Amino acid sequence: MIRVVLPAHLRTLARLDGEVELSVDGEVTQRSVLDALEARYPMLRGTIRDRSSQERRAFVRFFACEQDLSQQPPDAPLPVLVATGAEPFLIVGAMAGG
Amino acid sequence: MSGVRVLVGTRKGAFVLTADAKRDQWDVSGPHFAGWEIYHVKGSPVDPARLYASQCSGWFGQQIQRSDDGGKTWEAVGNQFSYDGVPGTHQWYDGTPHPWEFARVWHLEPSLDDPETVYAGVEDAALFRSVDGGRQWEELAGLRGHGSGSSWQPGAGGMCLHTILLDPSNPGRMFAAISAAGVFRTDDAGKSWRPVNHGLKSDGIPDPDADVGHCVHRLAMHPSRPEVLYMQKHWDVMRSDDAGESWHEVSGNLPSDFGFPIDVHPHEPDTIYVVPIKSDSEHYPPDGRLRVYRSRTGGDEWEALTDGLPQRDCYVNVLRDAMAVDSLDSCGVYFGTTGGQVYASADAGDSWAPIVRDLPAVLSVEVQTLP
Repeated sequence: MIRVVLPAHLRTLARLDGEVELSVDGEVTQRSVLDALEARYPMLRGTIRDRSSQERRAFVRFFACEQDLSQQPPDAPLPVLVATGAEPFLIVGAMAGG
Repeated sequence: MSGVRVLVGTRKGAFVLTADAKRDQWDVSGPHFAGWEIYHVKGSPVDPARLYASQCSGWFGQQIQRSDDGGKTWEAVGNQFSYDGVPGTHQWYDGTPHPWEFARVWHLEPSLDDPETVYAGVEDAALFRSVDGGRQWEELAGLRGHGSGSSWQPGAGGMCLHTILLDPSNPGRMFAAISAAGVFRTDDAGKSWRPVNHGLKSDGIPDPDADVGHCVHRLAMHPSRPEVLYMQKHWDVMRSDDAGESWHEVSGNLPSDFGFPIDVHPHEPDTIYVVPIKSDSEHYPPDGRLRVYRSRTGGDEWEALTDGLPQRDCYVNVLRDAMAVDSLDSCGVYFGTTGGQVYASADAGDSWAPIVRDLPAVLSVEVQTLP
């Protein structure tokens, strides 16, 4: 299972507590994880990536295994530790403002 | 027993305030959608249990929430707002062309006769309609495409379509107001539009009486007399007696004619309310005194309403969508401030009391009169 951690605002929107566990068909990538996440929680469509272009929203970041994966191509494989469920895939609202 | 439900949108969530017809004891529910900006919440006039809310975030974008039980529970519905065709450009602050980009929904206006139909005024300025309870949205592109769109420019708060008035006597007619473009009218249910700004004068634009380019802050209409419109412009309180064909100033003896909201008494079409603000650079009441002004003559002659409102050291603002009236007898008037107070008057403005004092900054206030 893939473990996903959402920021507080999106947990509120999706009405969930704690981590999300997802099963992902095929290769584990940003795109396949987000596809599975949005299929489970349709209200998250448009909140992490643009609904039309599918590009990551500007103030959203992706972290895992102490790395910033935000600039990685959406179809690049995520780290093995994420794919095996040992480490979570973190969706983070960028720090901004004061 | 009849009562009221006040729907409050704030910078950090929505609140629902309810009271019986006496309007002196209030139940406060919220925050709903805690932490999110709630630009507007409004109920259907034909089904008071049906509410729509605009929920947004600079990080996570736009959501539309719908309630079918008067705000107890909510469902996220459609959030795809795609401009029709190639969006083109409007003017940026520096006068250069800037691509149309969706930012947020400022205002939701439910249909007068169908709870499934609702209009959305958005930034960058455009009008959308849903006919399935907010699940899918389609732009009424005749507004943006009528010819002047490329010259529209943002006001300080962004280029927003903030006011939608539906004419109860003419199903094809509606008005939309855009900051900073002006007022537009359709007579064919949104297919075609034209600007209706004759008589407006604005010093902040190159041609002060141009057809388009005015920073209109808010419009109001009484349903029994829909050809009469009232306007709070950036500066000037204005009135039209011919459905926007011409406007004349009715600022009269106001201490400042700058402001944001304007509203009409539900039973007296010539009684209107504004909240004067010192200036475009100082968004707070003149002299630190929070005063609602009421005209019983359709403008020009105004009286200050101060009983129960702070009359010293008050430096809040009242935003354009943050005033509403109920339809009880006598009518209730409500407004919210950027300091988080929501004030209510149960006697048409003669006296005021806060319902709540310490909410996040209030973006919008609507009220439903319940049977």
